[in-house]
Amino acid sequence: MIKVAIKNLSLFYDTIQALKNISLNVEKNEILGVIGPANSGKSSFLRALNRLYEIDYARISGTIVLDDTDIFTIPINDLRRRVGLIFATPVVLPGSIQKNICYGPKLHRKFEKGELDKIVFSALNAANLWKEVKDRLKDSASTLSGGQQQRLCIARTLAMGPEVIMMDEPCSGLDPISTAKIEATMLELKEKYTFILVTNNTKQAARVANRTAFFLSGELIEIDKTEKIFTNPADSKTDGYIRGKFG
Amino acid sequence: MTFRIGPRTNQIIAYSILLLMTLITVIVLFFIIGYVFKNGIGQLSLEFLTDKTREMGKEGGIFPSILGTFFVTIFAVVIATPLGVGSAVYLVEYTRGGLIHRIISFGADCLAGVPSIIYGLFGFIFFVITLNLGWSIISGGLTLAVMIIPTIIRTTEEAIKAVPHSFREISYSLGGGKLDTILKVVLPTSLPGILTGVILGIGRAVGETAAVIFTAGSSLGIPTSAFSSTRTLAVHFYILAREGISMPKAYATATVLIIIILLVNFIAYRLMHRFMERYY
Repeated sequence: MIKVAIKNLSLFYDTIQALKNISLNVEKNEILGVIGPANSGKSSFLRALNRLYEIDYARISGTIVLDDTDIFTIPINDLRRRVGLIFATPVVLPGSIQKNICYGPKLHRKFEKGELDKIVFSALNAANLWKEVKDRLKDSASTLSGGQQQRLCIARTLAMGPEVIMMDEPCSGLDPISTAKIEATMLELKEKYTFILVTNNTKQAARVANRTAFFLSGELIEIDKTEKIFTNPADSKTDGYIRGKFG
Repeated sequence: MTFRIGPRTNQIIAYSILLLMTLITVIVLFFIIGYVFKNGIGQLSLEFLTDKTREMGKEGGIFPSILGTFFVTIFAVVIATPLGVGSAVYLVEYTRGGLIHRIISFGADCLAGVPSIIYGLFGFIFFVITLNLGWSIISGGLTLAVMIIPTIIRTTEEAIKAVPHSFREISYSLGGGKLDTILKVVLPTSLPGILTGVILGIGRAVGETAAVIFTAGSSLGIPTSAFSSTRTLAVHFYILAREGISMPKAYATATVLIIIILLVNFIAYRLMHRFMERYY
């Protein structure tokens, strides 16, 4: 089943074209890996899907359809609730762990006191962080380690009740153990959510992604089952990138 | 043969020069405070702080001036803070560094450099005469507000600009709108910086003479309403010293003034510290 359908998507920062005519579908409950060298448009691709490019004053053309609805007809805050984005560097907002998680939900509606506690628990639990922080929910979020902060960011996104979770190199600054924890979390969660994982670490895509897309200079070179991309890619450029010949 | 200084000697010389500069600054500061305290502290008593001023200040205390300073300053800060912070938010978040931003910033910078007596003159002509507010706490407070707004705009602007772009991205990506982001992320994060601006403003307001002498007057009665004329501590000190009424009382007043400024700073930094502990 198609979750997000992207057709002829182009994105421009002033005169620079960061995405060129991208068309692809994201399947429901899959992890779609997106790989490619720097400046290939991977991050811009994610920022198009939740319309975050608008704060950078970029322009796009083409269509993006989420569950049969054009994303430009969805109210922006609703779209961003449904399509969450996790950034490369974990950025915790000033304030406690609890406050970080409640920030998103509270923007969208009012809650009874007990309700928010439940959201905090289930979000932290799903992000595999609950056991480590349950006694210090009121502590400042910046006291957490880098890996914990990134899982807090995941929990913060989960608390919104998203449908699609986009990750922009979520493990680029993390040690192998934290990386493994985040990958495990993704694999657990894909039953319920759809993931788009942008990564510079091709091995990470090979480990967790069901399908992988290869971007180069703003173009989609190819998209296929991860196994096929890594063993027998159709395009020689994909092969070259995976073998580390450039990028 | 050329004379060369080794890197180690170089370091020692640089270190010594910097240390000397710091020492000079600190010594001058402590000398001033110490000198005023030495001449004034003997005069201080509870009576001096709580008594009415008698015989133009030769006798009695400074209670009316403490009240006057308090009200004028509070008035100024209460007016200037929302205006200054609001303008800064508008400039940074809504004008995107365009022509309007540059014009207003340039204006604010110029205003910050205008001598305070000009503000006094303006306040006298506009608030006292044109608006017919008379010599009063209101006129004095409004004049001081106009005077400290540029400082507050400038410091708030810097504080808001220092909020990482990533914080805004996070807020937007979680579905926050512009106003949510400003109120819940940008302002709380920049609060210490904003507070610094407000403290600087309070400092300027408390110690100001030229701008208030024209606008709040120099009446020695206990102020009964916002329309009462009053004499702030700084003005009182100025008149006592300038007209040779009583140097001991002048120093005592100056001592109180310095203590108040130290207290304001101390309390503000404590508050800021507690805030930082809670949020960072």
